[in-house]
Amino acid sequence: MARSDVQLMLDVKAGDETSFELLLQRYRTPLVNFLHRMVRDAALAEDLAQEVFLRVYCARRRYEPGAKFTTWLFRIATNLALNAIRDGRHRKAELSLDDPAEDGERALELPDGHPTAEQQLLDQHRQAVIRRAIFRLPEKQRVAVLLHKYQEMDYDQIAKILGCSESALKSLLFRAYETLRVELAPLVGLAAEAEQGSAPAAADGGRKA
Amino acid sequence: MMSCKYTADKILAYLDGRASAAERRELEAHLNCCADCRARVEEFRRLWSVLDELPAIEPSPAFDARLRERIAAAPQPALWSWLAPAPRVLAAFAAMLLVAAWLSWQSPMPAPETRPFEPSRSELEFTMIRDLSVLEDYDVLANFEALEVLPVVTEPEDRRM
Repeated sequence: MARSDVQLMLDVKAGDETSFELLLQRYRTPLVNFLHRMVRDAALAEDLAQEVFLRVYCARRRYEPGAKFTTWLFRIATNLALNAIRDGRHRKAELSLDDPAEDGERALELPDGHPTAEQQLLDQHRQAVIRRAIFRLPEKQRVAVLLHKYQEMDYDQIAKILGCSESALKSLLFRAYETLRVELAPLVGLAAEAEQGSAPAAADGGRKA
Repeated sequence: MMSCKYTADKILAYLDGRASAAERRELEAHLNCCADCRARVEEFRRLWSVLDELPAIEPSPAFDARLRERIAAAPQPALWSWLAPAPRVLAAFAAMLLVAAWLSWQSPMPAPETRPFEPSRSELEFTMIRDLSVLEDYDVLANFEALEVLPVVTEPEDRRM
């Protein structure tokens, strides 16, 4: 039976280096992805993820099992990511693909001889639009959406990471998804006009005016 | 029946599967008669499938090696850090020391403890040695009749006036 995160961390505290390796294997990819979606810079995301693990390792002797390990881990990651964004260290790379509205021409100039290059570009464009919409959310909403949608964390964990109540988190999440729904309306297949009630009646299936 | 405002967080829990069976039934009953909420649920469902298009990335192969380098390069904790379990404890200890120092500075020096006078050991020994000869001849001196016949000293007449 696999050891729990808390047990692994306690073993790390007791000096077991292989337990740290197991924690690294478990959370390396989720952390890098969370940070990548936070800062939109793969190199910086890796750097920050290493910083998270470094801090966990350095704090191992003071570790006391309290909240869930992942709450602690992602709280460190969130703080580091927000600091990096505030310091302007984010988004040094991926400009050409991440922001088609500002850099669309460069994205279209990408050389690619593959037969499905056009489809790949379309996919990349859609992904860039999604990333940008998430990135434009206010900080707390962005963290909440990333932890809820992509890490599938429980409400109480996300609330602890953000330092708010569960009910405040739910309304925060709802506002964030509302914003994304409008921002990504073209991708979702809903015209912005439909939100204002000017869409054909068939589109909304008899919604109230 | 739930009001639509109240339904916001219920819709989230319904969509992400965290709603209980009772909550699901309650919301589904509401959706049957509220087109707005029904449309909202459908839009959110589509939105979430769009968000799923964002691909996950893999950490670079050098991730672990680079992390080990950083761990090796990190400053090692000082030996005394074992004695300092938490910064708060240290701060509290320092504050206690400061208060103690301040209190000792504020209050006058305590008076030396007063004890009833007791002759020192050397004084006792001296007295014993001084009286030793008298004690040795105690029997002789106690029955020394010559002392009894000594004339009583009287004051002169003129001094009595």
